[in-house]
Amino acid sequence: MSAQSGAAAAGFGLLSREEAKALADRMLRLSAADQTRVHITSESHGNTRFADASITTSGDTADTELTVTATVGRRRASASTNVLDDAALKRTVELAARLARLSPDDPELMPELGPETYIASDAFIDRTAGLTGDARAAAVKRVVDAALEAGKPAGSVFVAGYLEARARTIAVATSAGLFAYHQTTDAELSVTARTPDGTGSGWASAGSRDWGTVDPAALGRVAARKAVASRNPEALDPGLYTAVLEPQAVNDLVPLLAGALSARAAGEGRSAFSKAGGATRLGERVVDERVMLYSDPADPNLRGAPFDNEGLPIKRTVWIENGVLRNLSYTRFWAQKQGKQPTGAPLLGGLTLAGGARSTDELIAGCPRGVLVTHFFYIRSLDPRTVLQTGLTRDGVFLIENGKVVRPLKNFRWNESPLLMLNRLEDIGRPEPTAAGRMMPALRIRDFNFTSLSDAV
Amino acid sequence: MASRRDFIKTTLAAAASLGAAQRLRAEATVQAVPARAAEAAALDLAMDALDAARAAGASYADVRIGRYRNQTIVTRERQVSSVSDSESYGLGVRTLVDGCWGFAATSTMTRPAVQAAARDAAALSRAARTIRRRRVELAPVTPVTGMWMTPVRRDPFDVPLEEKIALLLAANEAALKVKGVRFVSSGVSQRREVKTLVTSEGTNVTQALIKVGPWCSATAVGDGDFQSYEEELAPRGEGWEYVESLGMPGNAERWASLAAEKLAAKPVEAGQWDLILEPTNLWLTIHESIGHPTELDRASGLEANFAGTSFVAPPEKMIGRLRYGPDFMNVQADRTQEGSLSRVAWDDEGVPADQWLIIERGLFKDYQTTREQAARIAGLTGVKRSHGCSFAESWKAVQFQRMPNISLLPGERDIGVDEIVADTERGILIRHSGSWSIDHQRYNFQFSGQAFYEIRNGKVAAMLRDVAYQSSTPVFWNSMDLVGGKRSYWLGGAFDDGKGEPVQSNSVSHGCVPARFRNVTILNTGRTS
Repeated sequence: MSAQSGAAAAGFGLLSREEAKALADRMLRLSAADQTRVHITSESHGNTRFADASITTSGDTADTELTVTATVGRRRASASTNVLDDAALKRTVELAARLARLSPDDPELMPELGPETYIASDAFIDRTAGLTGDARAAAVKRVVDAALEAGKPAGSVFVAGYLEARARTIAVATSAGLFAYHQTTDAELSVTARTPDGTGSGWASAGSRDWGTVDPAALGRVAARKAVASRNPEALDPGLYTAVLEPQAVNDLVPLLAGALSARAAGEGRSAFSKAGGATRLGERVVDERVMLYSDPADPNLRGAPFDNEGLPIKRTVWIENGVLRNLSYTRFWAQKQGKQPTGAPLLGGLTLAGGARSTDELIAGCPRGVLVTHFFYIRSLDPRTVLQTGLTRDGVFLIENGKVVRPLKNFRWNESPLLMLNRLEDIGRPEPTAAGRMMPALRIRDFNFTSLSDAV
Repeated sequence: MASRRDFIKTTLAAAASLGAAQRLRAEATVQAVPARAAEAAALDLAMDALDAARAAGASYADVRIGRYRNQTIVTRERQVSSVSDSESYGLGVRTLVDGCWGFAATSTMTRPAVQAAARDAAALSRAARTIRRRRVELAPVTPVTGMWMTPVRRDPFDVPLEEKIALLLAANEAALKVKGVRFVSSGVSQRREVKTLVTSEGTNVTQALIKVGPWCSATAVGDGDFQSYEEELAPRGEGWEYVESLGMPGNAERWASLAAEKLAAKPVEAGQWDLILEPTNLWLTIHESIGHPTELDRASGLEANFAGTSFVAPPEKMIGRLRYGPDFMNVQADRTQEGSLSRVAWDDEGVPADQWLIIERGLFKDYQTTREQAARIAGLTGVKRSHGCSFAESWKAVQFQRMPNISLLPGERDIGVDEIVADTERGILIRHSGSWSIDHQRYNFQFSGQAFYEIRNGKVAAMLRDVAYQSSTPVFWNSMDLVGGKRSYWLGGAFDDGKGEPVQSNSVSHGCVPARFRNVTILNTGRTS
């Protein structure tokens, strides 16, 4: 299949499996270190930005980056280059070894991995890799035309956005005989519409491995309709309100739990999942019992990476099930120390928050009074002990009364924790694609903490 | 240390008497590490790309060849977590065809590959013509030839790795002496950007920019609780000598003791307080609430889909009219300031480094501009030239408007933070930057810090914890009633400031003095609140 041979990627000028293997083998042969690992990324990327209904910049880039990690005794260091001539390859291999020799012993050093087997993740989609500058311009025209049409009730809306398509092959090889190869694509299109009176703004975004699942005109329409509907917002006093978070808003918040899932941070007493005396909250109920959070690179909705930078296989991991903390993320070192299996980082294998089957509209319909949030902005950590964050709402906040969206509201700043809020869950929707490798549902949260008003539109 | 931090030379008066270009020339003669000319083979490729762009119909084109080197050392406690070193080399070409931009970049440094990139850029320019409302017009610039390098005494890439590691581990060892401190993290990022710009108008300049970004933080663990403290070690556009000057091994124990002290500190009482911000905290507030809103691409809506727009818009209603703060408030943009992160001789469009006022006597005066942007507001400002704010993070990213150093100039009375504390009856003093967040038009912000102190009757009374201040930009700056003088000026900065799609990183410094703000909303962000 294509994921194994890299034939599809090679058709777009990226390194095929054989080419990546040949390059990696050449580097391994050049290395005189005790152990060596080579990581290769070959990528092509095209993007088009637009604003004021005009394309403002458009660019295509191609690059291949190669990182050598050398181990001498218990000392390890890395050197990278994108210059692929013989002299540069030799220089990079030697630099990695020299830096390693100069480094002190690493007490946490793990030997390089030998041959591994990986699950299949069919993440390379030709129509994403082949999206040309002309095709991007045509897609932007569809977005802009649809937004201008849908925005007409407010006059001539200001339309801005971004479209990018990326194709990448990744290879890892070690002197212990490991070789891993993966090819993947991502497409993302987002659009903002602003009303000419400056009081309304709307936004919509879609991301996928597969460009074919993205509907540019639909995104333009959603953004413009939100802009029209959000004009002349009213100020609602800050406070605790029931909030219906659209899937994109959930996508902004819930992945922030990944940091707290580190087994080491939990074991060292510096995470929300720590308990006194070096224990963790594994096995405890940490959120509402309907909640399930998992990573699975083989899931056709996620199509995540099947290995990490060390070549460690990434498999399905259920982090939270029935509200109970089932797994923490273990690096190889920490897993060995704790007698566990290493998992790799939580986001590599994609992330799905599951637990419900209803649509966003149904969550709204079930809400007597609340605040509907399109998405969030500028989220920053306030307290790692509770995963407390601060941030703002953006591009469409609305008051819900008796199950209906009744009027636009001014934006809020909020201080809230994705962990604590999942304990105040009123309802959870069905997972929807929010970005490449992400499936998030709408959520209805009780007592979401909106702390101050923002004049921003 | 004090003398190094008090180095402001660019007050309003000084700016008038000594031109930026003059200072750069004077300095070049005392540079310890000489600037380098472009590699001949690379220049040939740049010219090939320019020719191909012209042949493909570009009315204007520029080509940047960049060789970027980054090294990062990360340590924790008594060990090195990672040492990584990377180089990236390639060519980017930007074209203007019928007033539309196109850009393409390649790491394959051969004549056919760079010519293909130039043709690709021109094709993207043509594709953009179908969706446009206006043609790009560029403000004039005089073509220039030259080379320049950040003045450094020790190029960080020439310093032995053992020496760097020894310094960091000595700092960690000192921090671990503090009772209760269980975790220490320190490290340093080092960057060298060597870039050559050639344009179809005849500019040909090569620059080597050097930056260092050290850090050191400690975490104390108590009974079911933990608190961290990070010292504000500002990144700078300087050589390794700057890292040495910080005295990390000698100071880390004192820094770490603040993490332990925070465990026992008193939770802040939420409410309205007078606020004294030290420069180590205020620089970030300036960055977010003055730096970003005065970017003309934000004000024009070009960043609407991501970073956001600005309350400082539209330009015709803001220039010379918007009252940003009190009449003693002067804010200067500057790409010439010694030791600063965005210092250059020319920007990525070949525009000479500039120095200008963003806010003069409390009134908004001018934006940050590139050539394209300057042409759009020249009629309002009377400034025909670009302010030279074009920057790309690498050869494979297109250049666009990025923030220059933006600094709050010292007040007339040469006082320091001690005098401001002594003048304050009930307030909170904040040191160093903590969590930060601001809305997409730069009104509502909430910032924290690293160390917080209650001020009672002109004296520091007690350490506080869980403090954040929240305000709206115009209200906040107009509540400023006292600022420090020249001797209390300090230069902070951000090593990696993100903007644009795809996101690009920019390094930028912000100088400032301590300042007092009246009646600011203080929140308690602790877990019991």
